[in-house]
Amino acid sequence: MLDLRQVTKTYRVGAFGGERLHAVRGVDLAVAPGEVVSLIGESGSGKSTIGKMVLRLIAPSAGAITFEGRDVAAVRGHRATKEYYRRVQGVFQDPFSCFNPVFTADRVFGLIRAEYHRSASAAAWRARVEEALATVRLDPAQVMGKYPHQLSGGQLQRLLIARALLLDIRMLVADEIISMLDASTRIDVLNLLGDLKARGLGILFITHDLSLGNYISDTAVILRRGRVVEKGPTGEVFAAPAHPYTRRLLSSVPQLHTTWEQADAALRAGGERACPGCARGGQPGAHGPVELAPGHHVGCFTAQD
Amino acid sequence: MSEMEPDVRAVQAAEGLPAQAGPPERRLGESLHFALRNPKLLIGGGVVGALLLTGLVAPLFVQEGPNVYVGPQAQAPSAQYWLGTTNFGQDVFAQFVFGLRSTFLVGLVGGGIAAVVGMVVGFTAGYRGGLVDEVLNMITNVVLVLPALVVLIIAAAYLQARGIALQGLFIGLTSWPWVARAVRAQTLSLATRDFVDLARLSGRRAHSIVFREIAPNMSSYLFMTFILLFGGAILIAAGLDFIGLGPTEGVSLGLMMHNAVTWGALQLGMWWWFVPPGLGITAIVGSLYIMNVGLDEVFNPKLREL
Repeated sequence: MLDLRQVTKTYRVGAFGGERLHAVRGVDLAVAPGEVVSLIGESGSGKSTIGKMVLRLIAPSAGAITFEGRDVAAVRGHRATKEYYRRVQGVFQDPFSCFNPVFTADRVFGLIRAEYHRSASAAAWRARVEEALATVRLDPAQVMGKYPHQLSGGQLQRLLIARALLLDIRMLVADEIISMLDASTRIDVLNLLGDLKARGLGILFITHDLSLGNYISDTAVILRRGRVVEKGPTGEVFAAPAHPYTRRLLSSVPQLHTTWEQADAALRAGGERACPGCARGGQPGAHGPVELAPGHHVGCFTAQD
Repeated sequence: MSEMEPDVRAVQAAEGLPAQAGPPERRLGESLHFALRNPKLLIGGGVVGALLLTGLVAPLFVQEGPNVYVGPQAQAPSAQYWLGTTNFGQDVFAQFVFGLRSTFLVGLVGGGIAAVVGMVVGFTAGYRGGLVDEVLNMITNVVLVLPALVVLIIAAAYLQARGIALQGLFIGLTSWPWVARAVRAQTLSLATRDFVDLARLSGRRAHSIVFREIAPNMSSYLFMTFILLFGGAILIAAGLDFIGLGPTEGVSLGLMMHNAVTWGALQLGMWWWFVPPGLGITAIVGSLYIMNVGLDEVFNPKLREL
């Protein structure tokens, strides 16, 4: 459904724009209907940039993003853009900044109505909003007509999800949507994403939290400095991480019964591995990802900036 | 909804939330509440309002035009000529009220044009970014470093017939750059907020994002900008008039001072000729600035004196 091929984003930086910052480098990934793909990476790994490129908020410098067989870059003009957003929606990281502070929070629904459901009667629209709110387990009386600063981060985050549900979306870009939530709402939202997935939505789940990525996703994509270091079925990537970065990342998750020393020792006991790509005769640092098991790809270990 | 309101208010009171938290009408009501209790705003608004009313209404009761020679020459204020007469027997009061009218007109036209141009340029540059921003910013900087008064002097000297509206137009077209820069900076910062991206995801067009998402966040600032421009335009007009480059037809407060100085009112001790227009300009501009400080306190809760 959603396909990214060799997507790259480069920024000009420095005083005279003479230097280049590679935010995303040659990323390949695909999201199928009913699939949750986690983009996992540390801050600055380019995961949010990928999300914004899918949402057409940033234009890729190179590479192609296709949605349902059509090039996203070719979506031009107001009407085509609107149709694209009818299918693809996003929920952003910071719910407090997603709402215009001078208006009530439910204006985000009003915008959708004004742009997409102009003909809906007030009662029908109200019913629809209430249904969407019920899906995200919000009480309409508690959130309608309130200002953003009167609502909690979790309520705002769920309002944003409800907003996306008002359109018949097929693809949701969820950028760190759990990070603002407390533990009890967190599981609610995760389950909600599970329901959406069951309805056949493709979800691009962007997170820095490994356990969340493990909990929800079918496919895990590990990013580092804009490059895909490893991707594959979540179970496999988490059970048998191949790339040294993934292995270090997984061992850095605090565990209840293990101290840092034990974790480090276990990591060292595993020993340094040789890059499978280079072992197969690839050019170190330049060869592409190699397939270890069906669907489980790993990038070159020695790839540097 | 209506039956809910009392407990919303009760919750707000209990939690010590500002009343600003309420729906729009209450928010507006709150602004009004503070506006009506702000002495700076009330005094400034009162003076400006009174002078505006004088400028609008009083000319209707003046039988002759302001430049007609109606009475004895160089007479001190009396019951018949409230503000005396000029060297030529013109009624100073008539000139003053007509001058007030043109002063407000110049402020409205000059300030209005500067506000519109500055905002359009600032919003476009800040929101569009890239090359558009570069070009608009360059134009802004060029106009900013132009010696505006010199340009106005040249333009005024070049044009044979000059009306008050034309003067306002020139002032407006030279005094917008700082507005453009300020609005651009504000827009740049607001445009990176996620709600702008979200509006884009909702299929909004660029112009409605600018005017319905970004601009409302700075509405009080825009309003105060207009007031400053209004006062500034009046001052520039007075300066131009005073050095003899004022309107060739009609009368204005600056022109009155120019004539008073030209015909030796200072030496002859005819204080009634130059004091009223000078006082009028000072009162209008000073009150506008005081109003601006008051408005700042009304819109910005941090500045309120509790």
